[in-house]
Amino acid sequence: MTASALRLVWVYPDLLSTYGDQGNVLVMERRARQRGLHVERVDVRSDQPIPTSGDIYLIGGGEDRPQRLAAERLRRDGGLQRAADNGAIIFSVCAGYQILGHEFINDLGQREPGLGLLDVISTRGEGARCVGDVLADMDPGMGLPQLTGFENHQGITHLGPGVRPFARVTVGRGNGTGDGTEGAWRDTVFGTYMHGPVLARNPRIADHMLKLTLDVGALPPVDERWFEALRSERISAALNTAA
Amino acid sequence: MAESTQPLSARAKLAVTAGRAAAAVSRAAGRGSGSVIGGKVALRLDPELLSRLAGHLDVVLVSATNGKTTTTRLIAEALRAGGEVVSNALGANMPAGITSALSGGSTARYGVIEVDEKYLAGVARDVTPKVIALLNLSRDQLDRAAETRMLAEHWREGLQGVKATVVANADDPLVVWAASSSGDVVWVAAGQEWKDDAWSCPSCGGVLHRNGEDWRCGACGFGRPTPTWVLSGDHVLDPHGSAWPIQLQLPGRANKANAASSAAVAAVFGIPPHVSLERMQAVTAVAGRYDVVSYLGRDIRLLLAKNPAGWLETFSLIDPPPTPVILSVNARGADGTDTSWLWDVDYTRLLGHPVAVIGDRRLDLAVRLEVAGVDFRVCADAAEAVRTLPPGRIEAIANYTAFQDLRRVVGN
Ligand SMILES: [Zn+2]
Repeated sequence: MTASALRLVWVYPDLLSTYGDQGNVLVMERRARQRGLHVERVDVRSDQPIPTSGDIYLIGGGEDRPQRLAAERLRRDGGLQRAADNGAIIFSVCAGYQILGHEFINDLGQREPGLGLLDVISTRGEGARCVGDVLADMDPGMGLPQLTGFENHQGITHLGPGVRPFARVTVGRGNGTGDGTEGAWRDTVFGTYMHGPVLARNPRIADHMLKLTLDVGALPPVDERWFEALRSERISAALNTAA
Repeated sequence: MAESTQPLSARAKLAVTAGRAAAAVSRAAGRGSGSVIGGKVALRLDPELLSRLAGHLDVVLVSATNGKTTTTRLIAEALRAGGEVVSNALGANMPAGITSALSGGSTARYGVIEVDEKYLAGVARDVTPKVIALLNLSRDQLDRAAETRMLAEHWREGLQGVKATVVANADDPLVVWAASSSGDVVWVAAGQEWKDDAWSCPSCGGVLHRNGEDWRCGACGFGRPTPTWVLSGDHVLDPHGSAWPIQLQLPGRANKANAASSAAVAAVFGIPPHVSLERMQAVTAVAGRYDVVSYLGRDIRLLLAKNPAGWLETFSLIDPPPTPVILSVNARGADGTDTSWLWDVDYTRLLGHPVAVIGDRRLDLAVRLEVAGVDFRVCADAAEAVRTLPPGRIEAIANYTAFQDLRRVVGN
C-alpha cells in the first residue's frame, strides 16, 4: 500500500454479487477501519474500466450467464491482470475463482477462457451440486486457523503446478476433484469456493490480506467475540453433519 | 366469464371426495390443514382434475418472489364484489395445494390462485386463466432455488401462446422481460425497492441504466414499457388518469404496490378501482403476517421477510427509532440452508433501533450487525428478547420457519 488510503475494489457487483459475497467487502472494510486505516471503496460496474491502482480486489460468485459476461468483459478490459502484475491482492470466490483460472464451462456448455491469473482449469461436475457447510485446514504457507464456509457449486477445479491449494477439506467437497483440495493460491492471488461469506466466517483471512498489503507482521487486536462464537458454532455444525 | 357449468365426471367427483377424505384424516392426525395431502390423493386418482375443477371458473393466477400470498388475498376480496371466490388463501401454492383449494368451490365464479414461481407455466397451461398477475422476481433460497433469470425465462416461455391478460410490474425488468412474450399485457408501475437482481439486461446481458423510474439497456434498447396503471404515493392512477386513494390496514409501500396490481386485475373483470380498493381495506393480517399480538404485556407486530428484497421492504415499513426490533433467522430446509444472503441486506437501516437477535442463526445475525455498526443483543429466545428490549411496541422480523416458531410462542 502506497497511497494514504487502502483502496478496496469490488469487481462487477452488477454481475457477481448473487451469493452474499458483498460481505467480504464489508468485513475487509471493517477490519481495516478498526486498525485505523482510511479505506476507499470502489465498486466497479461491468461497463466501467477496472482501476489498476487498487490494493485489494474482491470478486464474488454469480449465476452462469453473468459469469460468462464478466469473463468476457474482464478479458477485454485487462485491468485486473495489470493490477495482479503490480502485486495487488486479488481475492475471488466461486464463479469469480473460476474466472481467474485458464478456463471454465460457461452457461452455453462451452469452454470459456478465463484470465489465467491462477493455474487452474474448471469443468462442470456430472453429479449432484456441492451444497453445504465446509470445514478445511488452511494451506500451511499462510499460517491461518481452520477454514469454515458454505459451498454451493457444480464446478470442479483442477489445480496445475503453478498454484497451491488454498485449503484441504475435512468436511465438504471443495474443488470437487476428490483429492480434498479447496481453492487455490499463489503469491497475492487467491481463489476459493467458500461463501458464508468466507471473510465473515474467517476474519483472519481478511487480516492476512491486510498484512500483505501493509507489509507488516502483525496487526493491532480487535474484538473477535462474535466472530469467534460464529466460527465455533459453524465448525461444530460441520462436524455434526459429517458424523 | 364462466358460462355453462360442465358437471364433473364421475372420476373427478371420486377424486375430489377421496382428496377431502385424505385431508380430513391428515387434519385429525394433527398434521396441519391437510390440503396438500388431500390434493395429492385427488391428483393421483385424476391427473386432469386441476383443469376440470378450473373449467367452470374465471381464474386469476398470482406469482412473484414476494407478496403473492397477500396479493392473492387482496384480489380475492376485490372479486367478491362480483361473485363467490375460491382461493388457496393459506399459501399452499403448488399443484396439489391448488387442486385441494379448488375442490372446495363448486359454486364459485372466480378462482384466485397463488402459484409458486417454478410451477407458474405448468399451472397456466392446466387452468386456462383469464388473468395472470406477475409482481416481482428476485433471489430467494440460493442453495436450491433456480436462478432468477432462469425463472424469468421459464415464465417467458410458459406465457407464450397463453390467452390470459397478463398484469405485470413495469418496474421490474425481469418481470417485463418475462411478460413481454404475451400478446395482452396491462403494465402497472408498482415500483421496486430491490434492484440488485436486475442490473444486467435479461434480454442481451448489457448493463441496465436507470434514470429515476425509467430503466433501459445500454446495448439493445430493451426498456421500461409505458404503464397504464401507476402507484403514486398513497394513490393508484387508473388508465383514465383518475387517482384513487389506497387505504389499507396492511402496512408498507410493498402492500400499496400489491393493491395497485390487484385493482388492475379487478378492472379486467369490470370491477372499478373505487369498489375493489374499498374491499381491500377489510384485509388485516394475511396468514398471521402483520398481526399485532400481546405477549408478556407487550405489543409485538409480526413481520415475515424471507429474502433480501423482502427484508428491504420490511425495513421501510417499521416504525422509526427508537422502536425496538427483534430479528429472528433460521436456516432449516424451508428457509434455505445458506445464510450468506444476510450480507445482501442493508442492516444499517436499523441504526438507532434497539435490536435483539434470536433464532437458530442468531450468531450469523450478530456478526452481520456488528459489521454494519448496529447495536444488538443476542438472546436465547423471544421471552428473553422481549424482557431485554426497552418499552414500546416491538417490531419482530423473521424468516420463514423462524416466523412460524415465533407465532407459536407469542401467537394467540
Ligand atoms: Zn439488452
